[in-house]
Amino acid sequence: MSQIFDKQSKGIDSEQLVTWLLRIATYLIILAFVLIIGRIIVRGAPVLAKEGISFITQSPDILYCFYDQDGKYHRLGSQEYRDFKTANPDGLKLYELSANYSGGGIFGPLMGTLILIGICIVFAMTIGIAASVFLSEYSKRGPLIRMIRLAIINLAGVPSVVFGLFGFAFFCYFIPVITKTTPVERSIFFTQLPDWMASLLGAEQLYLSCQGWGSSILAAGCTLACMVLPIIITACEESLRAVPQGFRDASLSLGATQWQTIGKSVLPYALPGMLTASVLGLLRVSGETAPIMYTGAFAQCQLPWEGLREENWFWRITEFFQRGCEALPYHIYSVSAKIPQTEIVRPMQDGSVLVFMLIMLALATTSVVLRIRIRKKLKW
Amino acid sequence: MSKQDKKSKEPKPKATERIDTSSDGARHLNEALLDVQKLSFSYDMGKTDTLKKISLEIPKQKVTAFIGPSGCGKSTLLRCFNRMNDTIPTARITHGNVKIMGADIYGPKVDPIRLRKQVGMVFQKSNPFPKSIYENVAFGLRIAGERKKSVLDEAVEKSLKGAALWDEVKDRLGESALGLSGGQQQRLCIARTIAVEPEVILMDEPCSALDPIATAVVEELITKLREDFTVVIVTHNMQQATRVSDHTAFFYLGELIEYDTTQQLFTNPSIKQTEDYISGRFG
Repeated sequence: MSQIFDKQSKGIDSEQLVTWLLRIATYLIILAFVLIIGRIIVRGAPVLAKEGISFITQSPDILYCFYDQDGKYHRLGSQEYRDFKTANPDGLKLYELSANYSGGGIFGPLMGTLILIGICIVFAMTIGIAASVFLSEYSKRGPLIRMIRLAIINLAGVPSVVFGLFGFAFFCYFIPVITKTTPVERSIFFTQLPDWMASLLGAEQLYLSCQGWGSSILAAGCTLACMVLPIIITACEESLRAVPQGFRDASLSLGATQWQTIGKSVLPYALPGMLTASVLGLLRVSGETAPIMYTGAFAQCQLPWEGLREENWFWRITEFFQRGCEALPYHIYSVSAKIPQTEIVRPMQDGSVLVFMLIMLALATTSVVLRIRIRKKLKW
Repeated sequence: MSKQDKKSKEPKPKATERIDTSSDGARHLNEALLDVQKLSFSYDMGKTDTLKKISLEIPKQKVTAFIGPSGCGKSTLLRCFNRMNDTIPTARITHGNVKIMGADIYGPKVDPIRLRKQVGMVFQKSNPFPKSIYENVAFGLRIAGERKKSVLDEAVEKSLKGAALWDEVKDRLGESALGLSGGQQQRLCIARTIAVEPEVILMDEPCSALDPIATAVVEELITKLREDFTVVIVTHNMQQATRVSDHTAFFYLGELIEYDTTQQLFTNPSIKQTEDYISGRFG
């Protein structure tokens, strides 16, 4: 028997070694996935099971934990704690621990995040779609357009904390705002209101002042919008480019103007792709903490619409948008880094992270499923 | 590149001369609807000319075929007729002009939108919108502002009949146009074009993606279209040119080599290059 085709080396040859190295690298990804997601689920699920729906429907609260003189363990929110104290004025409390924002649920932060996403969508989608339509359908190649594209690419690479500081400087402290109170400095314009408007707005004069929106949901939402804009523009342009040139040609050759062509033969077919891609981008930034911690998010137990002081409807709306709120990522940051860490804080941490992850997962899945379904309907 | 340019510039006047004489017969048979005068066209801001001083007249209510090897500029010329090249930022007319019904279509006051309503186009690849058959045909009228259902209904039926598609689709006008076969889609595109009642219909290799049977149907339709429209068709298929066209122009490397009645050009070409091409010796 001839052995000319037999393996020359004995034991492990280099081919097998490489295969195994590559395999291990691949398995490490699964390991990372299991460790992160698995840990969140394993630790968060019991919290949700124990707290039930109230974890989502209640606002954060101060949590008091202690043993009373009978050795019974209590976990109480601030109101319950006060009730307990009035009921047992002399009650001895042993091993008492309290923690901010660790009781109740995450209703407030959840609503705050949704409001921020809403503001972000309004600004980012309008500007993003408009810019992408211009870039893909109208713009001609030239140095200016090249610079704009370069800017978009670079904007996508800017760290989120830089966006936060930009938002802080621009939206919180510079951008012009309409006020009725006399601003001390930076007032650039004011007008005496006619009577009917004065009674409607409850103010004699309106000022336009470069004093910024302050730390507010509007500033935070706009900062997030700035951050997601490059993602949205790129995604929208790709969707526009995916629409066959034949549609544009056919429409133009039938005597449509360019705007009619875009409105009737390009945008309708690009829109599903634009929307889903944008939603995925929005999800990514809505999980960001750095941009909102400077511009509008702060730890609080109030709901975003609670405690508005203005009576007049117009000023009530402006007050609402010019107030900060608690958002889910910042809430997670607060309970895990800003308050003293004790064992009673942990359920809130684990539960918040799990809910946050589930919401993001659900939204991402919906957008992908939606895209697949619309793609099936709109084939060419 | 520049060397080639110099070379190709030389025979230009000759070609023009010959067209003038040889197309004489055609010119008097019918009034010229489309008049191209020494048209040069460039895709790159005028650095190199893709079309080199083309002059020809296209008679009304006839089918004129443009033949020639790939890249000879026949599609480019066709797209000059309805200013579809406007969408390419670097494209320029570098010399000459195009007159349709006596009007210079590259004049400063010309609205390309109004021009394109008069000069319709059917593309190489059938490109129906992913809408219903009805909406595809009604598209041109809708964007022109027509809202009355009765008017639209009538126009859709008339156009589909004109494109020999009515009998096949009359029971499913509401269904998606993408459910039609390739040949039906192309006829739908023709119906969509004639719905806006243009004067001229430009066809850019309308049958190149179709099988022989669908091609035969579209060809028959083209010969019928000349009753109402002036048709200019670009084709790679010389048999097709002989079957459907009244006049044929042969292009080579951006120049018009010969332009004559189809019968004359194919049976008795006056230029050696034409003869070589139609007999399959090059191209």
